[in-house]
Amino acid sequence: MSLIAIDALKKSYGKTEVLKGIDLHVKQGEVIALIGKSGSGKSTLLRCINGLEQINDGAISVAGEQLINDELHLRALRLKVGMIFQQFNLFPHKTAGQNVMLAQQVVKKRPKADAVAMARKMLDRVGLSDKFDSYPDQLSGGQQQRVAIARALAMEPMALLCDEVTSALDPELVAEVLQVVRDLAAEGMTLVMVTHEMAFARDVCSRVVFMHQGRIHESGPPEQVFNNPQTPELRSFIGMTG
Amino acid sequence: MSQIGFADILWNLIMAAGWTVVLSLISFVGGGLLGIVLLFARIGKVSWLRVVVKIYTEVFQGTPLLMQLFLAFFGLGLLGIDVPPSLAAGTALILWTAAFLVEIWRGCVSAIAKGQWEASASLGMTYVEQMRHVILPQAFKISIPPTVGFSVQVVKGTALTSIIGFVEVTKAGTVLANATFQPFTVYGLVALIYFILCYPLSLSAKALERKMNVTHRH
Ligand SMILES: Nc1ncnc2c1ncn2[C@@H]1O[C@H](COP(=O)(O)OP(=O)(O)OP(=O)(O)O)[C@@H](O)[C@H]1O
Ligand SMILES: [Mg+2]
Repeated sequence: MSLIAIDALKKSYGKTEVLKGIDLHVKQGEVIALIGKSGSGKSTLLRCINGLEQINDGAISVAGEQLINDELHLRALRLKVGMIFQQFNLFPHKTAGQNVMLAQQVVKKRPKADAVAMARKMLDRVGLSDKFDSYPDQLSGGQQQRVAIARALAMEPMALLCDEVTSALDPELVAEVLQVVRDLAAEGMTLVMVTHEMAFARDVCSRVVFMHQGRIHESGPPEQVFNNPQTPELRSFIGMTG
Repeated sequence: MSQIGFADILWNLIMAAGWTVVLSLISFVGGGLLGIVLLFARIGKVSWLRVVVKIYTEVFQGTPLLMQLFLAFFGLGLLGIDVPPSLAAGTALILWTAAFLVEIWRGCVSAIAKGQWEASASLGMTYVEQMRHVILPQAFKISIPPTVGFSVQVVKGTALTSIIGFVEVTKAGTVLANATFQPFTVYGLVALIYFILCYPLSLSAKALERKMNVTHRH
Protein backbone atom coordinates (compact mmCIF):
# COMPACT_ATOMS: atom_id res chain seq x y z
CA MET A 1 0.00 0.00 0.00
CA SER A 2 1.19 3.51 -0.77
CA LEU A 3 1.68 5.95 2.06
CA ILE A 4 1.05 8.90 -0.24
CA ALA A 5 -1.36 8.34 -3.11
CA ILE A 6 -1.89 11.02 -5.74
CA ASP A 7 -4.26 10.16 -8.56
CA ALA A 8 -5.16 12.22 -11.61
CA LEU A 9 -4.42 15.45 -9.76
CA LYS A 10 -5.24 18.65 -11.59
CA LYS A 11 -4.68 22.15 -10.34
CA SER A 12 -5.32 25.48 -12.02
CA TYR A 13 -4.73 29.06 -11.00
CA GLY A 14 -7.55 30.87 -12.72
CA LYS A 15 -7.45 29.71 -16.31
CA THR A 16 -3.87 28.44 -16.25
CA GLU A 17 -3.60 24.74 -15.58
CA VAL A 18 -0.45 24.22 -13.54
CA LEU A 19 -0.79 20.51 -12.77
CA LYS A 20 -2.24 18.56 -15.65
CA GLY A 21 -2.94 15.13 -14.25
CA ILE A 22 -0.40 13.86 -11.76
CA ASP A 23 -0.24 10.24 -10.65
CA LEU A 24 2.31 9.56 -7.96
CA HIS A 25 2.39 6.84 -5.34
CA VAL A 26 4.97 6.91 -2.57
CA LYS A 27 5.64 3.92 -0.35
CA GLN A 28 6.64 4.18 3.25
CA GLY A 29 10.34 4.84 3.59
CA GLU A 30 10.77 6.10 0.04
CA VAL A 31 12.75 9.28 -0.52
CA ILE A 32 11.53 11.14 -3.58
CA ALA A 33 13.27 14.05 -5.26
CA LEU A 34 11.11 16.31 -7.39
CA ILE A 35 13.21 18.05 -9.99
CA GLY A 36 12.37 20.23 -12.95
CA LYS A 37 12.59 23.69 -14.38
CA SER A 38 11.26 26.74 -12.58
CA GLY A 39 7.51 26.92 -13.04
CA SER A 40 7.08 23.23 -13.82
CA GLY A 41 4.77 22.82 -10.82
CA LYS A 42 6.98 21.18 -8.19
CA SER A 43 6.01 23.46 -5.32
CA THR A 44 2.38 23.40 -6.34
CA LEU A 45 2.36 19.61 -6.28
CA LEU A 46 3.93 19.55 -2.84
CA ARG A 47 1.48 22.14 -1.51
CA CYS A 48 -1.49 20.21 -2.85
CA ILE A 49 -0.44 17.13 -0.89
CA ASN A 50 -1.07 18.78 2.48
CA GLY A 51 -3.95 20.93 1.33
CA LEU A 52 -2.23 24.31 1.23
CA GLU A 53 -3.62 24.60 -2.29
CA GLN A 54 -7.12 23.62 -3.28
CA ILE A 55 -7.13 21.03 -6.02
CA ASN A 56 -9.42 21.10 -9.03
CA ASP A 57 -9.60 17.42 -9.81
CA GLY A 58 -8.24 14.07 -8.72
CA ALA A 59 -7.61 12.56 -5.32
CA ILE A 60 -4.87 12.64 -2.70
CA SER A 61 -4.49 10.61 0.43
CA VAL A 62 -1.75 10.22 3.01
CA ALA A 63 -1.76 7.16 5.26
CA GLY A 64 -5.40 6.64 4.47
CA GLU A 65 -6.44 10.22 5.24
CA GLN A 66 -8.19 11.71 2.24
CA LEU A 67 -7.62 15.30 1.18
CA ILE A 68 -11.03 16.83 1.80
CA ASN A 69 -11.36 20.55 2.13
CA ASP A 70 -12.74 21.05 5.61
CA GLU A 71 -10.93 21.75 8.84
CA LEU A 72 -11.44 18.33 10.37
CA HIS A 73 -10.17 16.36 7.39
CA LEU A 74 -7.34 18.78 6.73
CA ARG A 75 -6.17 18.47 10.31
CA ALA A 76 -6.24 14.68 10.11
CA LEU A 77 -4.26 14.77 6.88
CA ARG A 78 -1.74 17.31 8.16
CA LEU A 79 -1.07 15.20 11.22
CA LYS A 80 0.18 12.53 8.82
CA VAL A 81 2.41 14.76 6.74
CA GLY A 82 4.61 17.63 7.83
CA MET A 83 6.12 20.35 5.69
CA ILE A 84 9.40 22.27 5.65
CA PHE A 85 9.52 25.53 3.75
CA GLN A 86 12.21 27.35 1.87
CA GLN A 87 11.80 30.40 4.15
CA PHE A 88 11.74 28.37 7.43
CA ASN A 89 8.62 30.23 8.62
CA LEU A 90 9.44 29.94 12.30
CA PHE A 91 7.14 31.87 14.62
CA PRO A 92 9.26 34.94 15.42
CA HIS A 93 7.50 35.68 18.70
CA LYS A 94 8.38 32.28 20.16
CA THR A 95 11.67 30.69 21.15
CA ALA A 96 12.99 27.66 19.33
CA GLY A 97 11.62 25.45 22.09
CA GLN A 98 8.21 27.14 22.01
CA ASN A 99 8.14 26.84 18.22
CA VAL A 100 8.50 23.10 18.58
CA MET A 101 6.01 22.91 21.46
CA LEU A 102 3.16 25.04 20.16
CA ALA A 103 1.38 22.70 17.77
CA GLN A 104 1.99 19.72 20.04
CA GLN A 105 0.03 21.48 22.77
CA VAL A 106 -2.59 23.15 20.61
CA VAL A 107 -3.22 20.46 18.02
CA LYS A 108 -2.22 17.25 19.77
CA LYS A 109 -3.30 18.49 23.23
CA ARG A 110 -0.08 17.19 24.74
CA PRO A 111 0.49 18.26 28.34
CA LYS A 112 3.18 20.90 28.64
CA ALA A 113 5.75 18.63 30.31
CA ASP A 114 5.45 16.10 27.48
CA ALA A 115 5.67 18.85 24.87
CA VAL A 116 8.82 20.19 26.49
CA ALA A 117 10.38 16.74 26.61
CA MET A 118 9.52 16.11 22.97
CA ALA A 119 10.84 19.55 21.97
CA ARG A 120 14.14 18.88 23.73
CA LYS A 121 14.41 15.49 22.08
CA MET A 122 13.72 16.88 18.60
CA LEU A 123 16.03 19.88 18.99
CA ASP A 124 18.68 17.45 20.15
CA ARG A 125 18.05 15.32 17.08
CA VAL A 126 18.79 18.26 14.77
CA GLY A 127 21.84 19.22 16.84
CA LEU A 128 20.37 22.27 18.58
CA SER A 129 19.84 21.16 22.16
CA ASP A 130 21.53 24.34 23.40
CA LYS A 131 19.18 26.65 21.47
CA PHE A 132 15.93 25.87 23.26
CA ASP A 133 15.54 29.40 24.59
CA SER A 134 16.83 31.30 21.56
CA TYR A 135 14.49 33.37 19.44
CA PRO A 136 14.53 32.77 15.67
CA ASP A 137 16.25 36.10 15.01
CA GLN A 138 19.12 34.97 17.22
CA LEU A 139 19.73 31.91 15.04
CA SER A 140 21.49 31.48 11.72
CA GLY A 141 19.46 30.44 8.68
CA GLY A 142 20.71 26.89 8.93
CA GLN A 143 19.80 26.72 12.61
CA GLN A 144 16.36 28.17 11.90
CA GLN A 145 15.73 25.56 9.25
CA ARG A 146 16.78 22.82 11.63
CA VAL A 147 14.34 24.16 14.23
CA ALA A 148 11.67 24.06 11.55
CA ILE A 149 12.51 20.41 10.92
CA ALA A 150 12.35 19.69 14.65
CA ARG A 151 9.00 21.44 14.81
CA ALA A 152 7.59 19.26 12.06
CA LEU A 153 9.08 16.08 13.54
CA ALA A 154 7.59 16.77 16.97
CA MET A 155 4.16 16.14 15.47
CA GLU A 156 5.34 12.62 14.58
CA PRO A 157 4.28 12.69 10.95
CA MET A 158 4.49 9.67 8.66
CA ALA A 159 6.02 11.73 5.88
CA LEU A 160 7.69 15.08 5.32
CA LEU A 161 7.37 17.45 2.38
CA CYS A 162 10.44 19.62 1.80
CA ASP A 163 10.32 22.53 -0.64
CA GLU A 164 13.86 23.68 -1.51
CA VAL A 165 14.81 23.68 2.13
CA THR A 166 18.35 24.91 1.48
CA SER A 167 17.68 27.48 -1.25
CA ALA A 168 17.42 30.43 1.13
CA LEU A 169 20.64 29.54 2.95
CA ASP A 170 24.13 30.91 2.60
CA PRO A 171 26.29 28.25 0.91
CA GLU A 172 28.25 27.45 4.06
CA LEU A 173 25.03 26.60 5.92
CA VAL A 174 23.61 24.20 3.34
CA ALA A 175 25.54 21.17 4.51
CA GLU A 176 24.26 21.18 8.10
CA VAL A 177 20.64 21.11 6.92
CA LEU A 178 21.26 18.51 4.25
CA GLN A 179 22.93 16.34 6.89
CA VAL A 180 19.75 16.42 8.98
CA VAL A 181 17.67 15.47 5.95
CA ARG A 182 20.13 12.71 5.14
CA ASP A 183 19.81 11.36 8.69
CA LEU A 184 16.03 11.40 8.42
CA ALA A 185 16.19 9.45 5.19
CA ALA A 186 18.56 6.94 6.77
CA GLU A 187 16.15 6.48 9.69
CA GLY A 188 13.44 5.54 7.22
CA MET A 189 11.39 8.74 7.14
CA THR A 190 9.29 9.06 4.01
CA LEU A 191 10.37 12.22 2.21
CA VAL A 192 9.14 14.08 -0.83
CA MET A 193 11.50 16.91 -1.58
CA VAL A 194 11.84 19.56 -4.21
CA THR A 195 15.52 20.16 -4.63
CA HIS A 196 18.09 21.74 -6.87
CA GLU A 197 20.89 19.86 -5.10
CA MET A 198 21.38 17.23 -7.77
CA ALA A 199 24.32 15.54 -6.07
CA PHE A 200 22.27 15.21 -2.92
CA ALA A 201 19.29 13.82 -4.85
CA ARG A 202 21.49 11.28 -6.56
CA ASP A 203 22.98 10.26 -3.26
CA VAL A 204 20.01 10.09 -0.94
CA CYS A 205 16.89 9.53 -2.99
CA SER A 206 15.30 6.24 -3.91
CA ARG A 207 13.40 7.78 -6.80
CA VAL A 208 13.75 10.94 -8.84
CA VAL A 209 10.67 12.48 -10.41
CA PHE A 210 11.23 14.93 -13.25
CA MET A 211 8.41 17.39 -13.77
CA HIS A 212 7.87 19.29 -16.97
CA GLN A 213 5.01 21.67 -17.78
CA GLY A 214 2.71 20.37 -15.08
CA ARG A 215 3.26 16.69 -15.77
CA ILE A 216 5.53 13.96 -14.49
CA HIS A 217 7.67 13.67 -17.56
CA GLU A 218 10.04 10.97 -16.46
CA SER A 219 10.87 9.17 -13.24
CA GLY A 220 13.00 6.38 -11.92
CA PRO A 221 15.91 5.51 -9.66
CA PRO A 222 18.59 8.20 -9.57
CA GLU A 223 21.16 6.21 -11.59
CA GLN A 224 18.70 5.82 -14.42
CA VAL A 225 17.39 9.36 -14.37
CA PHE A 226 20.78 10.99 -14.16
CA ASN A 227 22.86 8.56 -16.25
CA ASN A 228 20.38 7.44 -18.81
CA PRO A 229 17.67 10.05 -19.31
CA GLN A 230 15.04 8.93 -21.82
CA THR A 231 13.52 12.22 -22.93
CA PRO A 232 15.18 15.21 -24.57
CA GLU A 233 13.61 17.51 -21.94
CA LEU A 234 15.27 15.66 -19.07
CA ARG A 235 18.54 15.43 -21.00
CA SER A 236 18.55 19.17 -21.51
CA PHE A 237 17.54 19.80 -17.90
CA ILE A 238 20.37 17.68 -16.57
CA GLY A 239 22.82 19.23 -19.01
CA MET A 240 21.59 22.61 -17.89
CA THR A 241 22.17 22.02 -14.20
CA GLY A 242 25.38 20.06 -14.68
CA MET B 1 -19.96 92.21 33.96
CA SER B 2 -17.09 91.47 36.22
CA GLN B 3 -13.56 91.22 34.88
CA ILE B 4 -12.33 87.75 34.00
CA GLY B 5 -8.62 87.54 34.67
CA PHE B 6 -6.01 85.34 33.02
CA ALA B 7 -6.00 82.96 35.98
CA ASP B 8 -9.77 82.51 35.67
CA ILE B 9 -9.52 81.81 31.98
CA LEU B 10 -6.81 79.26 32.53
CA TRP B 11 -8.64 77.62 35.39
CA ASN B 12 -11.89 77.32 33.43
CA LEU B 13 -10.08 75.90 30.43
CA ILE B 14 -8.27 73.34 32.53
CA MET B 15 -11.56 72.23 34.10
CA ALA B 16 -13.12 71.88 30.66
CA ALA B 17 -10.06 70.04 29.41
CA GLY B 18 -11.01 67.37 31.95
CA TRP B 19 -14.08 66.69 29.79
CA THR B 20 -11.92 66.54 26.69
CA VAL B 21 -9.85 63.87 28.41
CA VAL B 22 -12.93 61.97 29.60
CA LEU B 23 -14.55 62.05 26.17
CA SER B 24 -11.27 61.00 24.54
CA LEU B 25 -10.93 58.06 26.90
CA ILE B 26 -14.53 56.97 26.40
CA SER B 27 -14.17 57.22 22.64
CA PHE B 28 -10.87 55.39 22.56
CA VAL B 29 -11.80 52.60 24.95
CA GLY B 30 -15.32 52.22 23.58
CA GLY B 31 -14.11 52.45 20.01
CA GLY B 32 -11.33 49.99 20.78
CA LEU B 33 -13.72 47.41 22.23
CA LEU B 34 -16.16 47.81 19.35
CA GLY B 35 -13.19 47.75 16.99
CA ILE B 36 -12.05 44.36 18.30
CA VAL B 37 -15.49 42.88 17.72
CA LEU B 38 -15.66 44.40 14.24
CA LEU B 39 -12.11 43.24 13.48
CA PHE B 40 -13.07 39.61 14.01
CA ALA B 41 -16.02 40.09 11.70
CA ARG B 42 -13.82 41.88 9.16
CA ILE B 43 -11.17 39.15 8.97
CA GLY B 44 -13.45 36.22 9.77
CA LYS B 45 -14.79 33.51 7.53
CA VAL B 46 -18.38 34.76 7.23
CA SER B 47 -18.44 36.71 3.99
CA TRP B 48 -21.57 38.81 4.58
CA LEU B 49 -20.21 39.94 7.94
CA ARG B 50 -16.98 40.98 6.24
CA VAL B 51 -18.96 43.03 3.74
CA VAL B 52 -21.11 44.68 6.40
CA VAL B 53 -18.05 45.79 8.38
CA LYS B 54 -16.30 46.96 5.23
CA ILE B 55 -19.27 49.16 4.35
CA TYR B 56 -19.39 50.41 7.94
CA THR B 57 -15.75 51.46 7.89
CA GLU B 58 -16.05 53.07 4.48
CA VAL B 59 -19.10 55.09 5.50
CA PHE B 60 -17.47 56.35 8.70
CA GLN B 61 -14.12 57.03 7.06
CA GLY B 62 -15.72 58.60 4.01
CA THR B 63 -17.90 61.17 5.77
CA PRO B 64 -16.81 64.07 7.98
CA LEU B 65 -16.89 63.42 11.70
CA LEU B 66 -18.89 66.62 12.06
CA MET B 67 -21.71 65.17 9.94
CA GLN B 68 -21.68 62.03 12.06
CA LEU B 69 -22.04 64.19 15.15
CA PHE B 70 -24.91 66.14 13.61
CA LEU B 71 -26.66 62.95 12.59
CA ALA B 72 -26.25 61.45 16.04
CA PHE B 73 -27.47 64.65 17.69
CA PHE B 74 -30.31 65.72 15.41
CA GLY B 75 -31.14 62.34 13.87
CA LEU B 76 -31.93 60.69 17.15
CA GLY B 77 -33.80 63.81 18.11
CA LEU B 78 -36.05 63.34 15.09
CA LEU B 79 -36.97 59.90 16.36
CA GLY B 80 -38.33 61.58 19.44
CA ILE B 81 -35.34 60.58 21.54
CA ASP B 82 -33.99 63.50 23.47
CA VAL B 83 -30.24 63.18 23.17
CA PRO B 84 -28.00 65.21 25.41
CA PRO B 85 -24.86 66.47 23.59
CA SER B 86 -22.66 64.22 25.72
CA LEU B 87 -24.47 61.07 24.58
CA ALA B 88 -24.46 62.10 20.92
CA ALA B 89 -20.78 63.05 21.18
CA GLY B 90 -19.80 59.79 22.86
CA THR B 91 -21.79 57.62 20.48
CA ALA B 92 -20.53 59.27 17.32
CA LEU B 93 -16.92 59.30 18.47
CA ILE B 94 -17.01 55.65 19.52
CA LEU B 95 -18.41 54.62 16.15
CA TRP B 96 -15.91 56.82 14.30
CA THR B 97 -12.93 55.57 16.33
CA ALA B 98 -13.95 51.95 15.85
CA ALA B 99 -14.12 52.41 12.08
CA PHE B 100 -10.54 53.65 11.94
CA LEU B 101 -9.12 51.18 14.43
CA VAL B 102 -10.64 48.24 12.53
CA GLU B 103 -8.83 49.28 9.39
CA ILE B 104 -5.55 49.93 11.22
CA TRP B 105 -5.72 46.54 12.90
CA ARG B 106 -6.82 44.71 9.78
CA GLY B 107 -3.74 46.13 8.09
CA CYS B 108 -1.60 44.74 10.91
CA VAL B 109 -3.15 41.28 10.56
CA SER B 110 -2.61 41.23 6.81
CA ALA B 111 0.97 42.42 7.31
CA ILE B 112 1.80 39.07 8.90
CA ALA B 113 3.72 37.01 6.36
CA LYS B 114 1.83 34.38 4.41
CA GLY B 115 4.44 31.86 5.54
CA GLN B 116 3.16 32.17 9.12
CA TRP B 117 -0.28 31.05 7.98
CA GLU B 118 1.16 28.24 5.92
CA ALA B 119 3.51 26.96 8.61
CA SER B 120 0.80 26.93 11.26
CA ALA B 121 -1.68 25.32 8.86
CA SER B 122 0.81 22.64 7.91
CA LEU B 123 1.14 21.80 11.61
CA GLY B 124 -2.58 21.09 11.74
CA MET B 125 -3.84 24.25 13.41
CA THR B 126 -7.37 25.41 12.69
CA TYR B 127 -8.16 28.99 11.69
CA VAL B 128 -9.03 29.99 15.23
CA GLU B 129 -5.87 28.37 16.62
CA GLN B 130 -3.72 30.07 13.99
CA MET B 131 -5.26 33.42 14.85
CA ARG B 132 -4.94 32.97 18.57
CA HIS B 133 -1.42 31.59 18.80
CA VAL B 134 0.41 32.79 15.70
CA ILE B 135 -1.20 35.70 13.86
CA LEU B 136 -2.79 37.92 16.50
CA PRO B 137 0.18 37.99 18.91
CA GLN B 138 2.38 39.23 16.08
CA ALA B 139 -0.26 41.61 14.72
CA PHE B 140 -0.85 43.00 18.20
CA LYS B 141 2.79 43.89 18.56
CA ILE B 142 2.98 45.83 15.32
CA SER B 143 -0.40 47.49 15.94
CA ILE B 144 0.71 49.37 19.06
CA PRO B 145 2.50 52.32 17.40
CA PRO B 146 -0.23 53.15 14.86
CA THR B 147 -2.92 52.68 17.50
CA VAL B 148 -1.24 55.07 19.91
CA GLY B 149 -0.68 57.41 16.99
CA PHE B 150 -4.38 57.33 16.15
CA SER B 151 -5.30 58.26 19.72
CA VAL B 152 -4.01 61.75 18.84
CA GLN B 153 -6.69 61.98 16.16
CA VAL B 154 -9.31 61.01 18.72
CA VAL B 155 -8.25 63.75 21.12
CA LYS B 156 -8.35 66.34 18.35
CA GLY B 157 -11.63 64.89 17.06
CA THR B 158 -13.34 65.68 20.35
CA ALA B 159 -13.01 69.39 19.52
CA LEU B 160 -15.83 69.04 17.00
CA THR B 161 -18.28 68.05 19.71
CA SER B 162 -18.24 71.70 20.82
CA ILE B 163 -20.42 72.43 17.81
CA ILE B 164 -23.29 70.32 19.12
CA GLY B 165 -22.89 71.97 22.49
CA PHE B 166 -20.79 69.53 24.48
CA VAL B 167 -18.71 71.59 26.86
CA GLU B 168 -15.16 70.43 26.50
CA VAL B 169 -12.11 72.64 26.14
CA THR B 170 -12.94 74.08 22.71
CA LYS B 171 -16.51 74.95 23.71
CA ALA B 172 -15.27 76.49 26.95
CA GLY B 173 -12.78 78.46 24.88
CA THR B 174 -15.54 79.81 22.63
CA VAL B 175 -17.60 80.90 25.62
CA LEU B 176 -14.60 82.53 27.28
CA ALA B 177 -13.49 84.25 24.10
CA ASN B 178 -16.91 85.82 23.74
CA ALA B 179 -17.03 86.88 27.36
CA THR B 180 -13.53 88.32 27.57
CA PHE B 181 -13.00 89.70 24.06
CA GLN B 182 -9.57 88.07 24.17
CA PRO B 183 -9.98 85.35 21.54
CA PHE B 184 -6.26 85.17 20.73
CA THR B 185 -5.21 84.54 24.32
CA VAL B 186 -8.03 82.10 24.93
CA TYR B 187 -7.61 80.05 21.76
CA GLY B 188 -3.85 80.16 22.23
CA LEU B 189 -4.32 78.53 25.59
CA VAL B 190 -6.80 76.01 24.12
CA ALA B 191 -4.29 75.05 21.46
CA LEU B 192 -1.58 74.74 24.09
CA ILE B 193 -3.77 72.39 26.11
CA TYR B 194 -4.38 70.18 23.06
CA PHE B 195 -0.67 70.16 22.39
CA ILE B 196 0.10 69.15 25.98
CA LEU B 197 -2.42 66.30 25.66
CA CYS B 198 -1.33 65.12 22.20
CA TYR B 199 2.41 65.59 22.14
CA PRO B 200 3.25 62.83 24.64
CA LEU B 201 1.02 60.50 22.64
CA SER B 202 2.67 61.16 19.31
CA LEU B 203 6.07 61.08 20.96
CA SER B 204 5.43 57.66 22.46
CA ALA B 205 4.00 56.39 19.17
CA LYS B 206 7.26 57.39 17.48
CA ALA B 207 9.34 55.85 20.25
CA LEU B 208 7.38 52.59 20.07
CA GLU B 209 7.85 52.47 16.33
CA ARG B 210 11.60 52.98 16.66
CA LYS B 211 11.79 50.29 19.31
CA MET B 212 9.88 47.90 17.08
CA ASN B 213 12.20 48.49 14.14
CA VAL B 214 15.14 47.63 16.33
CA THR B 215 13.68 44.42 17.69
CA HIS B 216 12.45 43.28 14.27
CA ARG B 217 15.80 42.20 13.03
CA HIS B 218 14.88 39.45 10.58
N1 LIG C 1 -0.58 31.58 -6.25
C1 LIG C 1 -0.39 31.48 -7.59
N2 LIG C 1 -1.20 32.15 -8.44
C2 LIG C 1 -1.05 32.04 -9.77
N3 LIG C 1 -0.11 31.29 -10.36
C3 LIG C 1 0.72 30.60 -9.58
C4 LIG C 1 0.63 30.65 -8.15
N4 LIG C 1 1.59 29.87 -7.63
C5 LIG C 1 2.24 29.34 -8.69
N5 LIG C 1 1.73 29.78 -9.85
C6 LIG C 1 2.18 29.37 -11.21
O1 LIG C 1 2.16 27.98 -11.29
C7 LIG C 1 3.26 27.49 -12.02
C8 LIG C 1 3.98 26.47 -11.18
O2 LIG C 1 4.55 27.10 -10.07
P1 LIG C 1 5.40 26.33 -8.98
O3 LIG C 1 5.69 27.30 -7.91
O4 LIG C 1 4.71 25.07 -8.61
O5 LIG C 1 6.71 26.00 -9.79
P2 LIG C 1 8.04 25.33 -9.28
O6 LIG C 1 8.27 24.14 -10.13
O7 LIG C 1 7.99 25.14 -7.82
O8 LIG C 1 9.10 26.44 -9.67
P3 LIG C 1 10.42 26.93 -8.87
O9 LIG C 1 11.51 25.98 -9.21
O10 LIG C 1 10.68 28.29 -9.43
O11 LIG C 1 10.08 26.98 -7.42
C9 LIG C 1 4.10 28.69 -12.37
O12 LIG C 1 3.83 29.02 -13.70
C10 LIG C 1 3.63 29.77 -11.46
O13 LIG C 1 3.70 31.02 -12.08
MG1 LIG D 1 8.97 26.07 -6.16
